[in-house]
Amino acid sequence: MEKAIDKTGVRIGMWIFLYSELILFGGLFVLYAVYFYNHTESFAAGGKELNRLFGTANTLVLLISSFTVAASITAIQRNKKGQAIGLLVFSFSCGVIFLINKYFEWSAKIHHGLYPNSETLLDGEPGLNIFFGLYYTITGLHGVHVIIGMILLAISLVLVIRNKVTQERYAMLENSGLYWHLVDLIWIFVFPLFYLVL
Amino acid sequence: MTARQSFYDTPSPAGLTGIKAWLLTHDHKRLGLMYLWAVFFWLVLALFLGLALRTELMGMGETIMSAQTYNSTFTLHGVIMIFLFMIPAIPAIFGNFFLPIQIGADDVFFPRLNLFSWYLFMIGGLFAIISLFGGEGFADTGWTFYVPFSVGTESNVSMTVTAAFILGMSSMLTGLNFVTTVHRMRVKGMGWLQIPLFTWSLYATAWVQILATPVISITLVLVVLERFLNIGLFDPDKGGDPLLYQHLFWMYSHPAVYIMILPGMGVISEIIPVFSRKAIFGYKGIVISSMAIAVAGSLVWAHHMYTSGMSDVSVFVFSLLTYLVAIPSAVKVFSWLSTMYKGSILMTPPLLLSLVFIYLFTVGGLTGLLIGAAGPDIYVHDTQFIVAHFHFTMFGGTGFAFFAALHYWWPKMFGVMYNFKPAYIGTVLAAVGFVFHYVPMFILGMQGMPRRYFDYLPQFETGNFLAGFGGYLMVFGIMMMFINLWISLKKGKTAVDDPWGGTTLEWSVPSPPPLHNFIGEPQVKDYPYDFSDVIKRSAKSSQ
Repeated sequence: MEKAIDKTGVRIGMWIFLYSELILFGGLFVLYAVYFYNHTESFAAGGKELNRLFGTANTLVLLISSFTVAASITAIQRNKKGQAIGLLVFSFSCGVIFLINKYFEWSAKIHHGLYPNSETLLDGEPGLNIFFGLYYTITGLHGVHVIIGMILLAISLVLVIRNKVTQERYAMLENSGLYWHLVDLIWIFVFPLFYLVL
Repeated sequence: MTARQSFYDTPSPAGLTGIKAWLLTHDHKRLGLMYLWAVFFWLVLALFLGLALRTELMGMGETIMSAQTYNSTFTLHGVIMIFLFMIPAIPAIFGNFFLPIQIGADDVFFPRLNLFSWYLFMIGGLFAIISLFGGEGFADTGWTFYVPFSVGTESNVSMTVTAAFILGMSSMLTGLNFVTTVHRMRVKGMGWLQIPLFTWSLYATAWVQILATPVISITLVLVVLERFLNIGLFDPDKGGDPLLYQHLFWMYSHPAVYIMILPGMGVISEIIPVFSRKAIFGYKGIVISSMAIAVAGSLVWAHHMYTSGMSDVSVFVFSLLTYLVAIPSAVKVFSWLSTMYKGSILMTPPLLLSLVFIYLFTVGGLTGLLIGAAGPDIYVHDTQFIVAHFHFTMFGGTGFAFFAALHYWWPKMFGVMYNFKPAYIGTVLAAVGFVFHYVPMFILGMQGMPRRYFDYLPQFETGNFLAGFGGYLMVFGIMMMFINLWISLKKGKTAVDDPWGGTTLEWSVPSPPPLHNFIGEPQVKDYPYDFSDVIKRSAKSSQ
């Protein structure tokens, strides 16, 4: 029984999955909300330790890559394979830049003795410890999602090159794109919570 | 190849043979059966673990196991029963097998994802087994993994928690699959109010699985992170709040009890009308109450935490919400009883099991109201009373619904009919044993015996001793049911397409069904529980 692919159904499945990812981070945002309420001053002090330059750069990188992923889907729809490949490679490298940026940011913090269970944090305010605990947990988990997103983009890229993703059948690319937007979206919440509002 | 050739003889994808035809299959029916055998294994294992626990408690002091082993055993019993039996049992086995057939589809929407979920389930189980032997022994925290103990204990909590994480993934993906299937794959002509109630209950369950599971996932991730990095997110010394862990945990785990019970209620809603030869009373009421339970059940989690030190306002609010959930559950019980009223009742093992379900579940539900009220709960919190209560709802409820489903759909799944007499005797023994096993625990709890204790004061000895006998009787009865079913595979009579006189679509196809489920285009009735044809047929055959 061969039948046409039900694109709406595939999309419903993907959106439900994305929703579950949001709830996953939702649990962490609940923790953030409660601990922000409990330790407002320490959170403000912690926020000042973070480098807005790094944060802003990473936000820009993710936003641009989200655009290029979306553009690559449009390119496939218009049957411009070369263009799609170029855009995907660019998006993937944005992911790499994000991770490199994150690496430098984290190592700077760790260099200053700000990492989970470090002496600086244990001897300091409990609120500060929680702030950095959440910082590492949330950005770490987000980083894992960036890596998953990059893997999905890489798979889509290979499929585009091998003509498995085409003008007629691009659900895989579209869903990878959606996942990448999710990664971006979560960052859009993480960025102000840690870098801007405090 | 005839149109009636069963799915056992038709591998999917085509060309696979032997064990590969099972391990790489995309067929929802084969996957349902693969879940069945895996779940069977876990159920029997956990049953005997539970029996070992109660045997230990039959006498004071150490009898058959040490205190540490006892702690690990009740954790293992809980983890297996919850994550490997109760949550997957009905949706993954019967849901996979019958949901697509009930809505006239030839498979679930994402067949390959379905196979992947099965592998996640198996990997999760494997992790649970490895954690038994790896490291410092199986977790001894209880299935709730409460901090700070779960972070500090030497036992192998990380592995156990990872197992639960993977099993949660599996359950969530199954839910995702079912929601998409129900939305997109219904046969032409089947509107939302022509969907059979079992499928409706799975649909409601699937939403709870999707909504709640990510919360437990993140909570379990945090436990593992805490164990490796000592961040202190739940450690008061480091600015954390252990109460938050409990909130996050129950935010999933209370809705999870509805993941366990809703499909069971769906099974009962199928069985009762069929054997009463009467349209189900209040079809819409049952549909609405399923969805209401799914919604309201997600808002009551903190009634597990009345004694944890929440504010009085929270206690009040959660107590009130807890009472609200009782309403849709009672609507269902009322509908089942009204369906039987003036029906033409045909006694069969599935019906008897359903009646046992209704009785045990009602007792469980009513005692639930007692502990849902903050006042009495503070008195019996963490006592044997709680143990008795949730075994009445989970085992008396979901467990017996599982047995009922097994007896109801067995002829359809395997094409054989079992012997009724051992099924009846097994059911009665299990039910009587059940009551004698758990009622003493209500009394012990009222007298103040705490749960999860390895030893007790002399005044509790009689109760514990007697409860043990009930346990043995119950397990004996259950084993009798299972062995009877097992024998039917070898020696059972061939089952006809519709042995019970059911009206939902799965009874219109051969037993066992062919690969694509239907021989012709499925005929959807205006109303799924219209028995006029069944009654006409039986009137004709009796002439």
